Amino acid sequence: MNKERKVCMQAKGLTKVYGFGRTRTVAVDNVDLTLYEGEVVSIVGESGSGKTTISKLLLGLTNLTEGEIYFQGELRDISTYKKKQEYWRNIQAIFQDPFSSYNIFHKIDAVLLDCINMRGGRNLPHDKKVEMMTEACSFVNLKFEELTNKYPFELSGGQMQRLMIARIFLLKPKILLADETTSMIDACSRATILDMLMQLRDEIGMTIIFITHDIGLAYYVSDTVYIMEKGVFVESGPADEVILNPKEAYTQRLLNDVPKIYEEWDLSTV
Amino acid sequence: MGKVMLEVRNLTTKYITRFKEDIYAVDHVSLKIEEGKSLGIAGESGCGKSTLALSLMGYYFPPLYYTSGDIIIDGKNISGMDPDVVRKSILGKEVAYIPQAAMNALNPTQKVIRFIEDVIHVHEPQKSKKEIYEFARDRFEQLGLPANVLEKYPVELSGGMKQRTVIAISVILGPKVLIADEPSSALDVTSQKMVIKMLRDLMDSGMIKAMIFITHELPLLYNVTDDIMVMYAGQIFEKAPAHEAVFDPLHPYSQGLMGSIIVPEAGLRDVKLAAIPGTPPNLKNPPSGCRFAPRCKYVKPICKVTSVGMVHVGEDRMYRCVMSEEEIRELKQ
Repeated sequence: MNKERKVCMQAKGLTKVYGFGRTRTVAVDNVDLTLYEGEVVSIVGESGSGKTTISKLLLGLTNLTEGEIYFQGELRDISTYKKKQEYWRNIQAIFQDPFSSYNIFHKIDAVLLDCINMRGGRNLPHDKKVEMMTEACSFVNLKFEELTNKYPFELSGGQMQRLMIARIFLLKPKILLADETTSMIDACSRATILDMLMQLRDEIGMTIIFITHDIGLAYYVSDTVYIMEKGVFVESGPADEVILNPKEAYTQRLLNDVPKIYEEWDLSTV
Repeated sequence: MGKVMLEVRNLTTKYITRFKEDIYAVDHVSLKIEEGKSLGIAGESGCGKSTLALSLMGYYFPPLYYTSGDIIIDGKNISGMDPDVVRKSILGKEVAYIPQAAMNALNPTQKVIRFIEDVIHVHEPQKSKKEIYEFARDRFEQLGLPANVLEKYPVELSGGMKQRTVIAISVILGPKVLIADEPSSALDVTSQKMVIKMLRDLMDSGMIKAMIFITHELPLLYNVTDDIMVMYAGQIFEKAPAHEAVFDPLHPYSQGLMGSIIVPEAGLRDVKLAAIPGTPPNLKNPPSGCRFAPRCKYVKPICKVTSVGMVHVGEDRMYRCVMSEEEIRELKQ
């Protein structure tokens, strides 16, 4: 990574409180986050630690209770729907469940055409659009000719998730949020998908935020790792440092609970 | 060589779809497990792992049908038995099965002790409720579960606790063989570890004599089982002791599978993940010859024509490929 890194997004004092009175839950508690361009960041935590709330806050899907988000140096403004749309052109997400990510009534070409239109290609000739879609599909090892006139439910989970990456390829956002993207597919397709995301990162230089409970995956892909517990980051830093020499007890516990292959897995500490 | 607890010979089972098409999801599978050993089954989604687990129970319900082959549990052939007989005298006593979402099997309106009473009552009707309670409490304590779980409703238990409760209930009659189909895939890492520890304890204390563990998480398999079997498109592609299967796989498919392991340990970041291109074949009309041939990087013309048999290496290793061991080792380098 080069030295003069450009800040892409900065979050200061993010706080999200759900409910009030007796049901008041602080899901995210005064969290600071800085993302640099072309960086891969992982947020690791157990269920209920607030990882997904952070992703929703960054995407602007829920309102902030407190805090500020700066996008490319300016305060984020998503007060109107139009501004939100403008914002989402720069930040995109891939979620856990590919089956619920598509509109079941729209064919695959419609999904991809939408992306081209969103990037301002509405007036391009039809041939050009097909060419772009074919290119995007071949990037993720899918054949566009086989996909036209198909509905999302006709694809397998791995194919759908790859089509999601084809969308990102067309949209070329500044930031990609991968929220448990690979937790529903098996180990073999997981490698394929991670490979594609990394390739895409190198090609269009976007920032990727992985939100995951799989600490092995976080270690494999990311430059910076944030370990999250009960709404706060307990440990953060370069991946090698955090995963190989964990300082916090929580990180050590997380690492102990993952099965290992090179070292002995200690089962006595449960 | 220990006593053989479970032997399967050329087992074939099929699904019949509503268009009356036959899909052979388990195709001539043979395996053998000795007393005190565990076998892991690995493979991509849709390769027939779970169907094999269902088939091994000997209890078939549509659309799954038994075609041919033998399943011998501790010297007793259970294949082709009447389903009612299987349910009454085999399930739970000889072989127990833990499905993927086992915790959803608990009826939310009943206390945990009721499930145990149900199970024991069918097999030993003379036992009183008090005896059952005491027996269940001892068994739960032995397995490291608090005894007050028995008096709770399933909604009061956490996911990991529910899963462990279901495992404890399914082994309450002392089955010889336990088939665990992804028992920990819906749990977080901490609960997963507890479930694994419990399965290990069951094996170590001799409560179950043999175990089949199914998952696609290879690091987990490596830590739990003695042997690993790799399945692809309904067939066994490789079987080896766990250490060799992970660190020195022979079959090109196993090599690809082992190349996709992700663990948080030093050295992982230097290794590039090896993804296998393409998708598994449709079992409605599987490719003639080797089923892996369309995706294999070492494919030869002969692979697409002849069907391939098992090659045995030493005593406990085998793989299904046309290439010899030396050839594969040469190509690997």
